[in-house]
Amino acid sequence: MSNKYNGSNHDAYKAQETILDVLPEHEKSKIADDDHATTGHEWDGIREFDKPIPRWWLWTYYLSIIFSIGYVIAYPAIPLVNDYTKGLLNWSSRDAVASEISVAKLAQSKYVSALRAASFDDINSNEELRIFAIEGGKSAYAVNCIQCHASGAVGSVGYPNLIDDEWLWGGKLEDIYTTISHGIRFEEDDDTRFSEMPAFLTDELLEKPEIIQVADYVRAFSGLKHDAASAAAGATVFADNCASCHGDDGKGDQEQGAPDLTDAVWLYGSTKETIIKTISNSRKGVMPAWAHRLDDTIIKQLTMFIHSRGGGQ
Amino acid sequence: MSIYSIAFLAFMALCGLVGAAFAVDSVFAFHSWLTVALSLGFLFWGIKNYTTEPADQSRYLDSVVRWGIIATIAWGLVGFLVGIIIATELAFPEVNLFRQMNFGRLRPLHTSAVIFAFGGNALIASSFYVVQRTTGARLALGNLAWFVFWGYQFFILLAASGYVLGVTQAKEYAEPEWYADIWLTIVWVAYLLVFLGTLYKRKEPHIFVANWFYLSFIVTVAMLHIVNNLNLPVSWFGTQSYPLFAGVQGALTQWWYGHNAVGFFLTAAFLGIMYYFVPKRANRPIYSYRLSIVHFWSLIFLYIWAGPHHLQYTALPDWAQTLGMVFSIMLWMPSWGGMINGLMTLQGAWDKIRTDPIIRMFVLSLAFYGMGTFEGPLMAIKEVNSLSHYTDWTIGHVHSAALGWNGMVTFAMVYYIVPKLWGKKEIYSLKWVGWHFWLATIGIVFYISAMWVSGIMQGVMWKSYNAAGFLEYSFAETVAAMFPYYLIRTLGGLLFFLGACLMAYNVYRTIVMTKEEESNIETVPA
Repeated sequence: MSNKYNGSNHDAYKAQETILDVLPEHEKSKIADDDHATTGHEWDGIREFDKPIPRWWLWTYYLSIIFSIGYVIAYPAIPLVNDYTKGLLNWSSRDAVASEISVAKLAQSKYVSALRAASFDDINSNEELRIFAIEGGKSAYAVNCIQCHASGAVGSVGYPNLIDDEWLWGGKLEDIYTTISHGIRFEEDDDTRFSEMPAFLTDELLEKPEIIQVADYVRAFSGLKHDAASAAAGATVFADNCASCHGDDGKGDQEQGAPDLTDAVWLYGSTKETIIKTISNSRKGVMPAWAHRLDDTIIKQLTMFIHSRGGGQ
Repeated sequence: MSIYSIAFLAFMALCGLVGAAFAVDSVFAFHSWLTVALSLGFLFWGIKNYTTEPADQSRYLDSVVRWGIIATIAWGLVGFLVGIIIATELAFPEVNLFRQMNFGRLRPLHTSAVIFAFGGNALIASSFYVVQRTTGARLALGNLAWFVFWGYQFFILLAASGYVLGVTQAKEYAEPEWYADIWLTIVWVAYLLVFLGTLYKRKEPHIFVANWFYLSFIVTVAMLHIVNNLNLPVSWFGTQSYPLFAGVQGALTQWWYGHNAVGFFLTAAFLGIMYYFVPKRANRPIYSYRLSIVHFWSLIFLYIWAGPHHLQYTALPDWAQTLGMVFSIMLWMPSWGGMINGLMTLQGAWDKIRTDPIIRMFVLSLAFYGMGTFEGPLMAIKEVNSLSHYTDWTIGHVHSAALGWNGMVTFAMVYYIVPKLWGKKEIYSLKWVGWHFWLATIGIVFYISAMWVSGIMQGVMWKSYNAAGFLEYSFAETVAAMFPYYLIRTLGGLLFFLGACLMAYNVYRTIVMTKEEESNIETVPA
């Protein structure tokens, strides 16, 4: 920088400014200011120096152009009539992603082919394979299951919690595998898990007062606050209408997917209003059958992952 | 108002009536009635103020600039406020209270309000101010400049009310539907005519550098706007339309437009502001005439090809992606030419950064400009883009440039221009300008550092594999991880907004300032 009036030499600059002030306007616009002439143009008092372009700017600009030319030679770049130049490296984004995928697949292939043939007993007896399956299941869960069953598999209203030891359709590895493969109430799959609780009010199977009584009776199972007289009346209604699936003791039946009503786990909630709503209108949650969408080895991984979350039997 | 203006307004009112009569959807009917109401309103005002007396050609037409500056500030406040609302919606989705305030509708309202309403008004107003003073001529073509101003506000009204009511053609930064686009085209051509006409009448032999930038902006935006909005309406009396380009051609056209909206609206045109107001406020000659020529031509030649970098690793052919990347890299120095010329203009006047808060704002805006135009080419590099694309890093990049460069340079311009336009010695309070400087700076730092961290974190989380070769995180987990950064971002936006409120009040006090107050105000030591 050739400017000698910056920084501490501020006063020197000021001295010159006073000289400038006495010059006539047209002279002022051409005077050499910090050793440089201006272009002589002036607009609304604005002048411009006729200084050279900074060297570093010019050279960096040239370098960026040289780099770009090199890049254009190396990579696909110039469109032609029916094709384009492929570049010396013969790189293409499709090939690049295909090779990345094949490398990733190759790295896992040993375990994946082992998983394909293995039973759950085999998987559990091979520690390396077991860990691989659980890791893979965790990742597949994050992509496919998390939307309903939530982060950490804790579930939400209408979507079962998968880490407790309460199971609707069984918590053994084979049970979980079947549930994931064929889904629940998923009509496109002939082997889907299917249960249907009647809608007792809308189907006119019970009167509203009876439903309220049953709700009190059900709440009494798990020691929730209830009207004792109403619950007592509900016992008969329960025995006649509900016990066939949920059992006389209300402990449910995993063979038919009938929930246990005596524990603290409630899929749709345990308030009296919610229970009345459940009995009146029934509940029919649907889970898709994943056998049609995911590879069998991934369903096995998911099974291992879910089973390992703490509730597996 | 002339007889032609009156005839035009009557014609517009008639068009509105026809539109309202045959409208096939409620928003089109609403916009038609709006056209009728506004045309008639202006018509009655015009007839009342009918005059055949020609304007005094020896005086600048500054009243339209005054309105433009007020519109700039008003739309700026709206745009910043909507920004805070949508930032809050991202952190707390419950704030999407009803469909008119859903993120999807407010987001284009925010971007259009800040870019086109705040930025656009600042550019139109400042270009009218600058072109008159650097040509020594009054704005050409009579009251056409007034049509540009009010026509542009009407476009903003059509666009903004359309977004909130659910009308959009779903192209980023080009959301307004076909009829608003046609209207903007008319307004823009009028703008071009006024600007060219004024240059034609100039009394100076040479065209000042700021005007090159303004002119390149007006011409290029016209071209971009027309090509990217080549749509066919479903009905001539309805809001819906379909684009002529489909698939990857449509995407490329859109990003050719989108990128050059940044290049010519937010870069070239704002450099026009810089080239006039920085030397003016610093009272120093521009650093290098040669640099301004070289960087101007290289900037406008290179910018137009860089759009494909928005589509790295997409269905866009590899060759186009390569070109988008290399043109972005070559663009680095031409962009920096403007920063060098701006900062080095202060050579010999560096002390003003300390003494003059307006100069301080200009300097900071140029620093952010330099940072943004370095970060842009960096993010265009394929390998960097594979990490940064679709993440908050992009949002951070955009806001460091938009808040830091476009925002700050506009604020500084407003502080300079308001006392000139309203005939005052200086802005009411330079101390408040200093406060605005710090509020905005701290706000920007909060905003962009939060977005950089969250963006890079997001990109890394998406790409994380565990030892067994499986993805480490679900998408929902990456969203949850961004929550604290969304809060910091909202806070940053709030500080930036508070600064702008202070500016609005400062400008108001300047306009209503009495002679006595004026004699007491603080000015920058000479």
